[in-house]
Amino acid sequence: MSVTTLSSPVLVQRQPNWLVRLFDYKPFLVAMCLAPAIGLLGVFLTYPLGLGIWLAFTDTTIGRKGEFIGLENFQYLLTDSLWWNAVFYSVVYTAIATFGKFALGFWLALLLNNHFPFKSLLRAIILLPWIVPTVLSALAFWWIYDPQFSIISYLLVDVLHWRTSNIDFLGSPWPARFSLIAANIWRGIPFVAISLLAGLQTISPSLYEAAMLDGASAWQRFRYITFPMMMPILAIVMTFSIIFTFTDFQLVYAITRGGPGNSTHLLATLAFQRGIAGGELGEGAAIAVSMIPFLVFATLFSYFGLARRKWQQGEAND
Amino acid sequence: MTDTAAQASAVADAKAAPDTMAWDSGLRRLMMIYLPLGCFVLILLFPFYWMAITSFKPNAELMNYREHNPFWITSPTLAHIKHLLFDTAYPRWLWTTMLVAIGATTLSLIASTLAAYAIERLRFRGSPYVGLGIYMAYLVPPSILFIPLATVVVQFGLFDSPLALILVYPTFLVPFCTWLLIGYFKSIPYELEECALVDGATRLQILRRITLPLAVPGLISAGIFSFTLSWNEFIYALAFIQSGANKTVPVAILTELVTGDVYQWGALMAGSLLGSLPVAIFYSLFVDYYVSSLTGAVKE
Repeated sequence: MSVTTLSSPVLVQRQPNWLVRLFDYKPFLVAMCLAPAIGLLGVFLTYPLGLGIWLAFTDTTIGRKGEFIGLENFQYLLTDSLWWNAVFYSVVYTAIATFGKFALGFWLALLLNNHFPFKSLLRAIILLPWIVPTVLSALAFWWIYDPQFSIISYLLVDVLHWRTSNIDFLGSPWPARFSLIAANIWRGIPFVAISLLAGLQTISPSLYEAAMLDGASAWQRFRYITFPMMMPILAIVMTFSIIFTFTDFQLVYAITRGGPGNSTHLLATLAFQRGIAGGELGEGAAIAVSMIPFLVFATLFSYFGLARRKWQQGEAND
Repeated sequence: MTDTAAQASAVADAKAAPDTMAWDSGLRRLMMIYLPLGCFVLILLFPFYWMAITSFKPNAELMNYREHNPFWITSPTLAHIKHLLFDTAYPRWLWTTMLVAIGATTLSLIASTLAAYAIERLRFRGSPYVGLGIYMAYLVPPSILFIPLATVVVQFGLFDSPLALILVYPTFLVPFCTWLLIGYFKSIPYELEECALVDGATRLQILRRITLPLAVPGLISAGIFSFTLSWNEFIYALAFIQSGANKTVPVAILTELVTGDVYQWGALMAGSLLGSLPVAIFYSLFVDYYVSSLTGAVKE
C-alpha cells in the first residue's frame, strides 16, 4: 500500500502521459470540475423550470401529451375562486408569518446576545425546531390542535377556566388559517434568531460605548445602531424567508390538506392537488408558474427595500 | 436555622440597600432576559415534549384527561413503538430514507466540491458569474419545480424509485454546498497551492493532497447540512414515490399511518419521534458545525 502511494507521484512526474497532461490543461480541468454540478442543475433544475413554463401553456394531463393552448389555463385561473382564495391566503400567510418570525426571532436574537450561563447549550436547543423534519413537527401540531384532545384547550378550559368549550382549531376557516400561521412562525423563529444573532455579534461594541458616552438611551442604541447595522443581513434572511414561506407546502399539506372547505390552500398545495393528485399537469403547472411574479416582487421588495442603504452607497464597506 | 437565614437575607438586603442600582438591574435582568428566554424555550420545545410523551402513553391515558394528568404518564408503554417496528414497514422506510440521504449527500458533495474548487481556485474568465448562477439556483423553490420534475422523472423511467430522489435532491443541495465551500476555499492561503505547483504537483494532486484536507471542516458542515435537508425533504418524495415500500419516513408517516377517521396518535407520534431522532442525534454531535455553517452562509 505504502509502496504504491510513494511511487505513483514519482512515476507521474517522470513520464507525464497524455491523460495526466490533459487533466493539467486548465480549460479541460475547469470543464471537468464544473460538469457534475452544472449537469445536475441543468437537467433537474433549469430544464424542469423551462418545461414547467411550457406545461403551463398546454393542456397536458398524466399519461397524455398536451397541446399548446395559449393563455387558456391562466384565463381559467382568473375566473377560479379557489385560485383567488389560495392567492389571498398565500399573501396573508406570508405577511403575518414573516412579520411574526422576524419580530419574535429578532427579540430572541437580542436575548441570546446577552451573557448568561449555558449559552451555547441554549443556542443548540433553540435550533431544534428547524432541524427536525417539518412534516413530523407538523404532525405534533396536528395533535396539539386536535378538536377533542387539544392540550391547549385542556389548559384553557380545565386548568385556567378561561373558556367553557374546547377551541375548534382546524374546523372552521379563520381559526385553521391562524393555527397554520402559528405553526409556521414556531418553525421559523430558530432560523431567523440564529442568523440574526450572527449578525448582532459582528457589530462592534465600541459603537455602543461611544453612543453611551454621548448619553444614548437603550432604545436609541437599538434604533440608531443595532437596527441600521442589521439591515443588510435582515434583507438577506428576509428574502429567503419570504420565498420559502410563500411557497410553503409541507405544513399545510400535513395539518389541513387545504381544508376545511379549501380555505387553507396555499398556491403550492393547490398546484399539488390539481397537478399531481388530480392529474391536470398543465393546470397545476400554471398555478405553480403563477407564484413566480409574486416571488420576484417579494424578493425585489425585501431586498431593495431593506438593503437600500447598501446599494445606494455602493460597495463601500462590508 | 430559619433565623440565621432571615438574618443572612437581612444582611444581604442591608448590603444591597445603598447599592440599589445593582439589585434593580438584577431584577430587571430576570424580567427582561430570563423570563422571556424561558418562555421562548418552553414554547419552542413543548411540541417535542408532547410528541415524546404521547409516544409512550397507553391509549387509555391518551384519551382521558379527566382521570390522568395529560402532562405526565402513569404507566408508560412501548406498545406504539412495537406496533410501528413490527406491524408496519417502518424499518424499511427508515432504511430507504437513510439510503436516499446518504446517496444525495455524497453526490452533491462531490459535485459541489469540484465546482467550488473550479470557481474559487482555478479562476477562469466568468467564474464569478458561474458562482452567481449556482447561487441563484438556490432561490428556485421546489414548489415551482415538482410538477415538471415529475414528468422528467417519468421520462427517465425513474418514477417510484429512490434513485430519482438521489438525483433530484442535489438541485437544492449543490447550490448551498457550493456556496459554503467557496467560502472555505477562500480562507485557505493561495501560497500553499503555489508552493505545490512549483514543486511540480498537478492540479488534481493539489486538490486531493492540499486543498481538500484543509477544507475538512467545510466538508463536514456541507455534509451534515445536506444530510439533514435530504432527510427532511417532503414534496419531491411525496410526488415521485408511489409504492408504500419505497417511501421516505416523513411521507410514509403521513400517507401510510394516517388511516381512517380515528387517528392512532400514539403510533403517529412514535413514528415522528423515531423519524426525528436520527437528525437530532446527528445534530447533537455536530452542533457547532451546524451553527457555523448556518451563520457563515448568511454572512457570506
